[in-house]
Amino acid sequence: MRQEQQNGRKLKFHILRFNPQIEGDKPKMVTYELTEALGMTVFIALNQIREQHDPSLQFDFVCRAGICGSCAMVINGKPDLACRTLTSKFPKGEITLLPLPAFELIGDLSVNTGKVMRAVSERIEGWIHDKNMGEIDLTKMEVTMDPDLADNIYELERCVECGCCLAACGTKRMRDDFLGAVGFMKVARFLMDTRDKRTEEDMYEIIGDDDGIFGCMSLMGCEDFCPKDLPHQHQIAYLRRKMVTVK
Amino acid sequence: MEQLLSEQVKKSRTPARLDFYQSATGLILGLFMWAHMLLVSSILLGNESMYWVAKSLEASFLSKDPTHGYPILVTFAVLGVFFLFIVHAGLAVRKFPSSWKQHRVFRSHMKMMKHKDTNIWYTQVVTGFIMFFFGSVHLYIMMTHPDKIGPYASSDRFVSDWMWPLYLILLLAVEAHGTIGLYRLAVKWGWFDGKNPVSNRKKLKFLKNLLAIFFIVLGLFTFAAYVKIGIEHRDKQGERYIPSSLTSQAKPEALINYQS
Repeated sequence: MRQEQQNGRKLKFHILRFNPQIEGDKPKMVTYELTEALGMTVFIALNQIREQHDPSLQFDFVCRAGICGSCAMVINGKPDLACRTLTSKFPKGEITLLPLPAFELIGDLSVNTGKVMRAVSERIEGWIHDKNMGEIDLTKMEVTMDPDLADNIYELERCVECGCCLAACGTKRMRDDFLGAVGFMKVARFLMDTRDKRTEEDMYEIIGDDDGIFGCMSLMGCEDFCPKDLPHQHQIAYLRRKMVTVK
Repeated sequence: MEQLLSEQVKKSRTPARLDFYQSATGLILGLFMWAHMLLVSSILLGNESMYWVAKSLEASFLSKDPTHGYPILVTFAVLGVFFLFIVHAGLAVRKFPSSWKQHRVFRSHMKMMKHKDTNIWYTQVVTGFIMFFFGSVHLYIMMTHPDKIGPYASSDRFVSDWMWPLYLILLLAVEAHGTIGLYRLAVKWGWFDGKNPVSNRKKLKFLKNLLAIFFIVLGLFTFAAYVKIGIEHRDKQGERYIPSSLTSQAKPEALINYQS
């Protein structure tokens, strides 16, 4: 461990402050200083800033453990989860925090990811589709699923909807109607699920255009900045190959 | 109108086709440019090698006279490449930032993220834009002067015809655009994903950099070779190269006629 870290080095946080609710408020960068503690994350630091410097600082969090996806923000230029980013990662001790782009700003570092994620789910109809669903006999045993398939579905379902993939996507930034990696991951997930009776043709209706899979320019921001390391590159390529062959 | 109505019922397959054709034309053009670079670099092995390459591509082996080829074949080949080039440009331009606002957002996104794969996309936009113009000039000249390919004829074009600035820009633009494009194609369609797409992408990226350096260095040496010959040959502009193996022997009749 480095000596200065043991002693607690000084960290400088440059944070974008702007509250759109306050009339006349203008975006500005404000610097806060605090002493680094062992194992400190950006999330812990933000709490300290709010306690010690400014109680009006807005940022989102729920779980503190990289599960809820609420605390995504731009940390030194990279979209990431605040709770999973150790301050020791930045040797200079200077940390710039910006709210995630591509989302509506609530205030300071807080953005409305929920609104976008809901729209994505509605757009791709992110639920099991089965025309015979009404005839399911609840007294009968459910058909078992192959464990490998269940594992594969679970792998794609690890998405926490933090929004880093959309904020890191140059295509999404330029073209707001673009679905983005979070949507493609959901489509891939439901395409894999045998309980969902939608065909590839049905999925083409959802993502078969330039706002969907054919709009992706393979910039790979989603792949490189997903905090959950989801296989975006592989799944997007898979969907593209599937969709291009739909008759 | 009917078509628009039917697209409300069933989504058009055209976007899929456009995406496929953009990739397909890009793949052919990218591989063609690598082959092109290797062929023109034959000048580094000497005038005779380049002469042999040029004549072979004119199918001179079909003729009894080794100095006689069929340049019309070059015209057809260039016509084919020109067609692919225009189709590819037309399809790729759909992806360009279409307004100042989009461009500004993308630039600020690049500045914020400092993300390699995002940045090299912009390189492709810029080099693609350059090629709209410079590539067209080159293709048109080759299409209309298919017989003017050879150690002296090409070098004269570099120096005496003042094409070297265009060729230098094209060299850098093409090799950057092509290698990045082929890398992106592999990632886009998942050709080499294998069992570990993450590590395989790293390998692809390394290979992309290696190939880009190789072709640019090879290109610069080739460029220098043509410029050097062009400068030395400036006073005899228009004179065609005849390999020593042909001049030292008794000249075939056709060759004598050709020289006179």
